[in-house]
Amino acid sequence: MTSISEDSDKEKMRSVSVDLNNDASLVIDIPDALCERDKVKFTVHTKTTLSSFQKPEFSVPRQHEDFIWLHDTIVETEEYAGFIIPPAPPKPDFEGPREKMHKLGEGESSMTKEEYAKMKQELEAEYLAVFKKTVQVHEVFLQRLSSHPMFRKDRNFQIFLEYDQDLSVRRKNAKEMFGGFFKNMVKSADEVLISGVKEVDEFFEQEKNFLLDYSIKIKDATAKAEKMTRSHKIADDYNHISGALNNTAADNNTAFKKHLEKCAEVFEKLRKVEDRMASDQELKLTELLRYYTRDIQAAKDLLYRRARALADYENSNKALDKARLKGKDVAQAEENQKQCLQKFDKLSESGKKELTSFKARRVVAFRKNLIEMTELEIKHAKNSVSLLQGSIEILKSN
Amino acid sequence: VCACVRESVCERERESVCECVREGVLFLSQSPEAACLSAEDISPSSNGPRDDDPDDLFAEATEEVSLDSPERQPILSDGPSPAITPVTPVMISPRVDDEDEEENRDTFDIQISVSDPEKVGDGMNAYMVYKVTTKTSLSIFSRDEVCVKRRFSDFLGLYSKLASKYMHMGYIVPPAPEKSIVGMTKVKVGKEDLSSVEFVEKRRSALERYLLRTVKHPALLKDPDVLQFLESSELPRAVSTQALSGAGILRMVNKAADAVNKMTIKMNESDAWFEEKQQQFENLDVQLRKLHASVESLVCHRKELSVNTASFAKSAAMLGNSEDHTALSRALSQLAEVEEKIDQLHQDQSYADFYLISELLGDYVRLITAVKGVFDQRMKAWAKWQDAQVMLQRKREAEAKLQYANKPDKLQQATDEIREWEGKVQQGERDFEQISKNIRREVGRFEKDRVKDFRVVIIKYLESLVHTQQQLIKYWEAFLPEAKAIA
Repeated sequence: MTSISEDSDKEKMRSVSVDLNNDASLVIDIPDALCERDKVKFTVHTKTTLSSFQKPEFSVPRQHEDFIWLHDTIVETEEYAGFIIPPAPPKPDFEGPREKMHKLGEGESSMTKEEYAKMKQELEAEYLAVFKKTVQVHEVFLQRLSSHPMFRKDRNFQIFLEYDQDLSVRRKNAKEMFGGFFKNMVKSADEVLISGVKEVDEFFEQEKNFLLDYSIKIKDATAKAEKMTRSHKIADDYNHISGALNNTAADNNTAFKKHLEKCAEVFEKLRKVEDRMASDQELKLTELLRYYTRDIQAAKDLLYRRARALADYENSNKALDKARLKGKDVAQAEENQKQCLQKFDKLSESGKKELTSFKARRVVAFRKNLIEMTELEIKHAKNSVSLLQGSIEILKSN
Repeated sequence: VCACVRESVCERERESVCECVREGVLFLSQSPEAACLSAEDISPSSNGPRDDDPDDLFAEATEEVSLDSPERQPILSDGPSPAITPVTPVMISPRVDDEDEEENRDTFDIQISVSDPEKVGDGMNAYMVYKVTTKTSLSIFSRDEVCVKRRFSDFLGLYSKLASKYMHMGYIVPPAPEKSIVGMTKVKVGKEDLSSVEFVEKRRSALERYLLRTVKHPALLKDPDVLQFLESSELPRAVSTQALSGAGILRMVNKAADAVNKMTIKMNESDAWFEEKQQQFENLDVQLRKLHASVESLVCHRKELSVNTASFAKSAAMLGNSEDHTALSRALSQLAEVEEKIDQLHQDQSYADFYLISELLGDYVRLITAVKGVFDQRMKAWAKWQDAQVMLQRKREAEAKLQYANKPDKLQQATDEIREWEGKVQQGERDFEQISKNIRREVGRFEKDRVKDFRVVIIKYLESLVHTQQQLIKYWEAFLPEAKAIA
């Protein structure tokens, strides 16, 4: 379930060359979650050998909004400006299954009992799939934090893991939220900034061009993949056909009746395989693209921050020149300039590391998921073939 | 003389107008002699009305026609032949009894293909012409292999002739494909796009199935109209097919059903078989329609999936181009290629879905309408027989009255009439029994064919699914090493 992050995090650590023992020192997972209406309550379970925690093992209940709070505090922490901040998990979206449930309720009268039961089963499976996905994506977020040498030490992160009371008190109040909003607005202005900035460093120039283009392409690919996997609804049709065949069989003379029933059975089995084909494709391909769209955005954010630091540095230079001309506040201006330069250099240095490991992480994740998806598609197709061929044999011999 | 198809003893029909005229299902002919000819005696050249008859064939049908009236217009022009060759039921049916049928089945060797659609003409007067090729070793055909050119209205014309000849006898006549104004207009206007190409292909396939089904029927195979259709290089254009369509004809013929229903005569069904079968066909109708709807939905969704897969393939290709890691970039491009092939696969499968299953189901839904029509014809025959009995009774009562009144000349006439109606009652009973017998046989044949058809089609369809899945395996197995090569 944590396939996307586990390997990629190991890769990340390898390339960041941190002590690998940290691996076992902080292990986080989400063993279960409760769904009430729209609210999902995650149980965050931590096992740690770190002394900074009060207990070696503990669990706390958390809501989606708590994850968002944690993400935003990390984003706003100045020290982390040079890191790619793991993207926040998206809000649990049960819209799809809910819509289906609605349709099912409406269409109940026009379906046979078997059809209805089948569709209900399907619906429950879909609900479960969405549920699993949202758990996974929240888990991955935490695990990326825990495996990062800096983030794992973050005070708010520890509070998130440990604090056994409701976090909502600590969460953004209205003023802070507005502050965050404002920050987001500024960020989009940075998009213009980032493309406008004169880049001296070859590495960052390349990265900038790559990320800007890639983020557009991957966003588009994600959207198209979502559309494709959503329209893989063949399974539904097989369900209806199977039901209709059974009805027809009920009325027919015996020889043909068995034939039709066998046919209905084939479609029923095919439905299950098609279902799994579609959901595997969704999980391995679409989810992968979704996740990396968000991650690319996080990498871009890093570039923004660096570009802003560069702009600040350039401004401080101009201020220093002005001060020298006027002969006033020169020392202050010099200090300012020194600090800006320091900040910029720090960002550049850690930024380079982060972006390099990001690429490695991405390539590994794509490879893994593409291989897994392909193997699953082959497996399902082979299942279909043997199922169909078996049935054809039986039908021919009848 | 009314050459109405339904009257067998036509010369004696003096006073009462043929019921068919009243009920609006009638093809009137001018020549009296034609009325009583049996099918054998009709030469092939006797078919086909003239091109230029503008009248709607059915416009006249609802008129009250007095047989001696001078204003009884010929529906058809003064050709040497009537458009419809009337057939006396009594003479036809014994020809195709069970032994013959079995024989026919064993020696059924005829292949028909409809191909090479060609557009003739321009604009709104344009039409498609199809090549009809018949390959056979049967002796009733003059050659082993014949090619003729036919247009859609020719098929409709053939169906209308066959329906009028045989439906009232209880034969299940396969209906011709439906007209489509929208589809045809696009073709006429000259849109060379995918939808009009698909439309022509759909129609071509439907016409082929129609002909194959028609010749599979032992009686229809020998019908001179059918032979002429398949062999004759020149076929006079079927008139008024603007107003005719397969469904239209069925509707007209089935107007009998409405008439029957409106009559408050409830048929005393002495034969449970008919009641059972009618119920069965009602159920089958409902089930097939539902199944058809599900399959149509499947076709639609598969097409949608194909489109979305193609769109994703393009996007993945763009992503691959943008990717700066070489191996991953290559893999993404390969992925895009695989998805493109898969989208084509989905599209091909949707065609299989459509042509194998969906169209077949559609054909059967229409066939069942024809079957139901045939049952209604039987009820009509029964009603006619009953009417005759009622009439006979009246004539007898009238005679009895006349006997008391002592009017010798009128008495003679009354006696004559009694004899006439006795004959009609006998004929009515015979007709009813004959149509019942025919229907039993037809339904038996229909059921056998239906089961066979479905069996064959289901297996073909499942094999097409197998093929698709095997292709999928091939494509993904080719991609796997590419994915693994990402380093």
